[in-house]
Amino acid sequence: MAARPPSTPADGAHLHPPAAPAAAGVAPLVRPRPWAEREWMTLLRRLVRRRTALFGLLVVLVVMLAAAAAPLVAPFDPLEQDIGQRLREPGWQDAQGRVHALGTDHLGRDILSRIIFGSRIALLVGLAAVVISGVLGMIIGLVAGYFGGRMDDFLMRLADVQLAFPFILLAIAVIGVLGPSLRNIIIVIGVSSWVVYARVVRGEVLSIREREYVHAAVALGSRHWRVLVTHVLPNTFTPWLVVATLDMARVIVIESALSFLGLGVQPPTPTWGGMLADGRVYLSTAWWLATFPGLAILITVLGINLFGDGLRDTLDPRLKV
Amino acid sequence: MKSYLRRRLWQSLLVLLGVSVVVFLILHLTGDPAALLLPPDATAEDIAKFRTAMGFDDPVAVQYVRFLKGAVRGDFGESLRHGEPAMGLVLERLPATFELAGAGLLIALGLAIPAGIVSAVRRNTSVDYVSTVVALLGQAMPTFWLGIMLILIFSVRLNWLPSSGRGGLEHLILPAITLGLFTTARITRLTRSGMLEVLGQDYIRTARAKGVGEPPVVWKHALKNASIPIVTIVGIELGTLLGGSVITETIFAWPGVGRLSVQAIFNRDYPVVQSAVFLLASTFVIVNFLVDIVYTYLDPRIRYR
Repeated sequence: MAARPPSTPADGAHLHPPAAPAAAGVAPLVRPRPWAEREWMTLLRRLVRRRTALFGLLVVLVVMLAAAAAPLVAPFDPLEQDIGQRLREPGWQDAQGRVHALGTDHLGRDILSRIIFGSRIALLVGLAAVVISGVLGMIIGLVAGYFGGRMDDFLMRLADVQLAFPFILLAIAVIGVLGPSLRNIIIVIGVSSWVVYARVVRGEVLSIREREYVHAAVALGSRHWRVLVTHVLPNTFTPWLVVATLDMARVIVIESALSFLGLGVQPPTPTWGGMLADGRVYLSTAWWLATFPGLAILITVLGINLFGDGLRDTLDPRLKV
Repeated sequence: MKSYLRRRLWQSLLVLLGVSVVVFLILHLTGDPAALLLPPDATAEDIAKFRTAMGFDDPVAVQYVRFLKGAVRGDFGESLRHGEPAMGLVLERLPATFELAGAGLLIALGLAIPAGIVSAVRRNTSVDYVSTVVALLGQAMPTFWLGIMLILIFSVRLNWLPSSGRGGLEHLILPAITLGLFTTARITRLTRSGMLEVLGQDYIRTARAKGVGEPPVVWKHALKNASIPIVTIVGIELGTLLGGSVITETIFAWPGVGRLSVQAIFNRDYPVVQSAVFLLASTFVIVNFLVDIVYTYLDPRIRYR
């Protein structure tokens, strides 16, 4: 297309109100990139200065590292059974002097190693589901907010329908029909979690579509999809990111709830929820079976929430998520 | 106001229609509901015969209309396991679920609103910090783990409270706390931020300036204005509570709709699953419509929109 709208740096555009010279013939901004990068550094520094957000970030990094390097970090094979060493207390030392820091389960498997490997499923489902629902919600929010009218009405009613269902009940009903597998869990959680994203993105779009640079782009003859992708979408990214971060915590809890009910990733693959379900049976004799996987969920979710809260307060304090 | 409520009623009916479509589709996800409904050892012949008998050969639209006609009358077919009308089985369990969700909501409101107010009024004091930390932990704690830990401490170790079943008040305490904690945490944080916002408004300063005492300023001027988002979230949290009842009821063997649905899913008793999902979703829609009516009393501006 010949008519190009005035250039606005795509990333970090929301940080600078469109003060860029729009008049023809003015030289383009000198090196916009380092400028944008410095802004991000400032943001990061501000984020780190909030102690709770820093704590959250560290927790998230530790869990991610543990998941990535699970085979190196875990002291035992998470699937290795040893009936002679079953239901040993935390800190138990076996004959070769190896320590089971968090004890062993009903099949003699090392609980710490299973928790470390369990983080893989939690993060994998969390990330994949958030990407699916995030992209879906972004598209729906963009379309609903930008085009408005009947399209908006229809999509928002669809959101109401989605929200009417108790999430976990719908999820177990659908997974009960389709059968539990990693793929099905990701799809079911991903497809049914788009509403928050759509609402937040739609809200942003409603104000962005009235901005001058959008009007300018439309006046210059840009097509709708082009305006949406190059001018509107980048400016909805910040709130989207905050929602995605906080939603990941929710998805991890849902994944472990599904595993707890026996509708998650199937044994022998270690999952936090599955370990809890096993531990529940031995509650009166071996408290550590159910306690530690739950603590792993609690700490991970708390870390993500704190990081997400910090991200929101730094990037977009008005956002109500 | 009438036109506002009429529009909301119309929207709610549309949403219920959408809910019925989803509930109908659950059974058709795999493409062959007949195979899904029959036991795994059914022969191909049985399946074919059943398919014809149930009308699964008809076009999907025809099947949906038939389903909707039944759904309007509360007829979702017979339970495959119990041979009784599926909706009847679910309705039988509904009081237990309402009792649990109601108790959970009561605990949440009873704890969260005072905690949120005190947090906001005494901002940055130790009371505020304690309540904020508890709220953060409450939001991060998975329901099922909390329930198990409560059983471990109060049933297994201390032997104070029963760990399962429905009965007197002592049976209700642990499940209600388990179910209510997440909602408590949410409402605490919302009340705190809402109150902080309102307490900074000009009319609060005016009230103080004209000599209104601190208690009426907080409880009348501020709380009334901060209550709208709280009422909204109560409507939405009901969904959380009804959904959470699935997990909580399973842990505490509470004979409600949630536990029934989990058992029904494992028994492949889909008419019961459909009835339960439909009933809980409809409850949510109806309650949120009622919340909208409450709004018009709290905020007269809405009546004229």
